[in-house]
Amino acid sequence: MRAVVTVIGKDTTGIIAAVSNVISDKKANILDINQSVLDDMFVMVMLIDISGCTVGFSELSEELTALGEKMGLKILAMHEDIFNTMHRI
Amino acid sequence: MINSFDILETIKMIEEEHLDIRTVTMGISLRDCCGSDINRVADRVYDKVTKTAENLVSTAEQIACEYGIPIVNKRVSVTPVSLLADACESADVPVLAKALDRAAETLGINFIGGYGALVHKGMTRGDKNLIDTLPEALAETERVCSFVNVATTRAGINMDAVKRLGELVCRMAYLTRERESVACAKFVAFANATEDNPFMAGAFHGVGEGEAVINVGVSGPGVVHKAIKRAGDCNLTDLAEVVKRTAFKITRAGQLVAKTAAERLSIPFGIVDLSLAPTPAIGDSVAHILEEMGLSSVGSHGTTAALALLNDAVKKGGVMASPHVGGLSGAFIPVSEDAGMIEAASKGLLSFDKLEAMTAVCSVGLDMIAIPGDTPPEVISAIIADEISIGVVNNKTTAVRVIPAYGKGVGDSVNYGGLLGEAPVMPISTCSPLRFISRGGRIPAPIHSQRN
Repeated sequence: MRAVVTVIGKDTTGIIAAVSNVISDKKANILDINQSVLDDMFVMVMLIDISGCTVGFSELSEELTALGEKMGLKILAMHEDIFNTMHRI
Repeated sequence: MINSFDILETIKMIEEEHLDIRTVTMGISLRDCCGSDINRVADRVYDKVTKTAENLVSTAEQIACEYGIPIVNKRVSVTPVSLLADACESADVPVLAKALDRAAETLGINFIGGYGALVHKGMTRGDKNLIDTLPEALAETERVCSFVNVATTRAGINMDAVKRLGELVCRMAYLTRERESVACAKFVAFANATEDNPFMAGAFHGVGEGEAVINVGVSGPGVVHKAIKRAGDCNLTDLAEVVKRTAFKITRAGQLVAKTAAERLSIPFGIVDLSLAPTPAIGDSVAHILEEMGLSSVGSHGTTAALALLNDAVKKGGVMASPHVGGLSGAFIPVSEDAGMIEAASKGLLSFDKLEAMTAVCSVGLDMIAIPGDTPPEVISAIIADEISIGVVNNKTTAVRVIPAYGKGVGDSVNYGGLLGEAPVMPISTCSPLRFISRGGRIPAPIHSQRN
């Protein structure tokens, strides 16, 4: 299963490192990263493979949300199918 | 990889524009629960519902977590209970309502639908036993929703049933007078009721359905509102295209959830209902969509045309997004559950009669409208008859869920909180339809029912 991790918030140092840490800790594999900074607003979209993940999806999602709260960012993990379904015919 | 813009659009819809899956509703057949001893039937009903739907809530919550899209309600609909009442020797049908109520509590769901009857042509003994005790059943339960189908385009209108329902709605209001007449909010009178509607209060598991089924109701008035706002001053052709595109995306999310829920619960997928279902939350209003289209207030002249465009575009966008579209599918216009409707009704800008006209071009009907508590039964019957006629003649579903707010008059309001919201008591005609309603009988099916 693949998930999309989206990080939105004010740009600060170490965002990618912190998010990647949580993901690699749980043995999820980062497949692709796309990042941009628009008017100080940091937007990162990360595609990860969680088939080898050591924790359940909800636990990974909660941990990323908690990290987001700590860093003042919004971090969401969502199954990639929601985006594929809504935007591709 | 998926386009970042598309990802952010979806997240914005969910986070800022209230996109959600309004309900995952499991339909369950109770036909194998019938028997002559009503207490044994009640036990079978409880057992079957709690066993079949035991994983409904946990599965829906897991799906919501994975896809990041809220699933607001998890609900159950059952075979019209009057079919079970037919076989029972006892006339104490509320015993079955209480069993459903307990089952809903055990499952952790807020509503269970199907406590009703299909009487568009006549009533069996079981139908009569259920309908006669309906006010008590709804007053003595918390989670049970009820419907009575009084008409179809093929059969015409059962005016004896319509007459009876006027009396019963008044009694429902009286029996729950300490709770804002809430029993009336859990009851719908239908014309052309659909067998696979996932939305309460009118959901039931039709007799043509299988053992169990998963139906999903999507929502998203906020998303449509924002899309129209972004489109600016375009003409109405372009505006309809904006609504279609948005409805497609919303429905695709519903289809994904429906398919996943059906697979994980090992229950067949039934339909996706493409309704724009408002909530009292700010930014989740159908009325505000109509106002964004260019009306200074919902209720103004032009409201019916705007709603007709909206309703049609929602269907056209949605039908390609799911292999099976069903239920009510269209825009809902409940007064108490829509911040924009509440505001317009409170200011006197939206009249009861305009709401009736609007129901000719959108799904459902006169919904969650509070009327004066001293409204006589025959007036309520006449309100039902008018609305049901619109459905019968136009070959569509229509429904009536009005609340004669006991002890209240125009200027007061009923407040339920939560999804049921708040309704200002609206003025209605005080002329008497008593002689017309007292005639009873059946209004014959319209000429276009002769299609064979």
